[in-house]
Amino acid sequence: MTGRVEGKVAFITGAARSQGRSHALRLAQEGADIIAVDVCGPIESIGMYPPATDEDLAETVRQVEALDRRIVATKADVRDTAAMKAAVDEGVAQLGRLDIVLGNAGVFEIQPALELSDEAWREMIDINLTGVWNTCKVALPHLIEGGRGGSIVLTSSTAGLKGTPNTIHYTAAKHGVVGVMRTLANEFAQHSIRVNSVHPTGVDTVMIQNQKTWGLFAPDDPNPSREKAAPIFESTNALPIPWVEPVDISNAILFLVSDEARYITGVTLPVDAGYTVK
Amino acid sequence: MGKLEGKVAFITGAARGQGRSHAVRLAQEGADIIAVDLCAQIDSVAYPMATPDDLAETVRQVEALDRRIVASQADVRSLEALQGAVRDGVAQLGRVDIVLANAGIAPMGEGSETPQAWQDVLDINLTGVWNTVHAAVPTMVEQGDGGAIVLTSSTAGLKGIGGDSPGGEGYTAAKHGVVGLMRTFANTLAKHRIRVNTVHPTGVNTPMVVNAVMEKFLAEDPSIANAISNLLPVDMIEAVDISNAILFLVSDDGRYVTGTTLPVDAGILAK
Repeated sequence: MTGRVEGKVAFITGAARSQGRSHALRLAQEGADIIAVDVCGPIESIGMYPPATDEDLAETVRQVEALDRRIVATKADVRDTAAMKAAVDEGVAQLGRLDIVLGNAGVFEIQPALELSDEAWREMIDINLTGVWNTCKVALPHLIEGGRGGSIVLTSSTAGLKGTPNTIHYTAAKHGVVGVMRTLANEFAQHSIRVNSVHPTGVDTVMIQNQKTWGLFAPDDPNPSREKAAPIFESTNALPIPWVEPVDISNAILFLVSDEARYITGVTLPVDAGYTVK
Repeated sequence: MGKLEGKVAFITGAARGQGRSHAVRLAQEGADIIAVDLCAQIDSVAYPMATPDDLAETVRQVEALDRRIVASQADVRSLEALQGAVRDGVAQLGRVDIVLANAGIAPMGEGSETPQAWQDVLDINLTGVWNTVHAAVPTMVEQGDGGAIVLTSSTAGLKGIGGDSPGGEGYTAAKHGVVGLMRTFANTLAKHRIRVNTVHPTGVNTPMVVNAVMEKFLAEDPSIANAISNLLPVDMIEAVDISNAILFLVSDDGRYVTGTTLPVDAGILAK
């Protein structure tokens, strides 16, 4: 059976682990080859969960290759436009084309607004907003040159649609991603390039499964845990589940980038168990 | 293996157009179908509405896929009639998992200038949706297996387009109202793991849009024609494009998607 993105090439940022890896695998399962980047290293102002590593990215490569798909993986920082351009140019040179772009790379940190340092604000905006734009900027020329249209999905958040306390820099950046999406949808529709955003609720990855995030929900508990945090996460969603899995975001993205969504553009698609409707 | 193997979908307005496309697309993925359609004309609607032959053709196409279908003529304005259709369908097919409130009219242009046109479109496009959900939900709750409901709104459900006749105003008001219903149902049914979303199509290549009445209406009011021109370089999309979006929403691929308004509109709302 032919895959839903057979013969296409997808450029994915933050592909070393979690949602990014899941997207790479899900698209590869459906026939796509992958151009993967990840910073694979620490970010100064992000301390509440460990950074992705070279080994993580190598594992993504191994898993994509195990599906008999090709992958060109590069260690690159979304803040570094030249490095991003080199990565996507090299990927297209090796894999022959570009069809799909997933602006997935992002970081998360919890900090009361007035305690946030200037540097932490700047770093968040640089990665979660400017990094998304950089991703599109280096990829769009390839999509246009291909002349076959294309599909871009930017990973925003429920915090891209709703104000969320203690994450002002994250929330501002994720709202900004919607602005990037809407503008690109308008500016590149003439090339049949579709641009949409996805808005996950909490996803079961290290980004929320860490002591500091659990503790946010139970400030008086000296030993917060995944188990104790689960009902509190669940109370924020309409559906009776605490969080979603990376593959749920991948499946939404797969729908958006496939021909099944050939006329969907400019859309903010929550995959949020009803978080924003609640 | 289909994405909807073993599931049963209740679809209103299933005789032709988008409704038939949904029935066929879901049947291709393994679902059995409970189909209803009015199969009759309404006075304030100037374009020809579906016929019993249309509904018979939907039955033929679903059965050609080796799926079962229980089809009946029923009016979405009657809760009782829809409850009867669901009862018969569940008696024969065993259950109901998916609800597509698709039936609707578009009284614009000729015939839509009377208060009756406003009333008809509200009765069918809004109250009909409420009736559809309420006809099926008790069975879904009783089954205890969750479920998925998709209400067909419109780009006119998120934007003030539709013209200045009572029928056109009613269309836009009803389609906005559908969003309110969806958001409420999404919250009240979440505890039963029943997900509720809306789709918002731009102009779709169906008899409701492609007809002499609509052609004349658009020709006479260029501002509306402009308001419904797409962002992507495509004049009109196909019914299967809406069916594919609905398939995503009702399948396990969308298992945690609820309370969302999903445009399938070639970018109209982003313009």
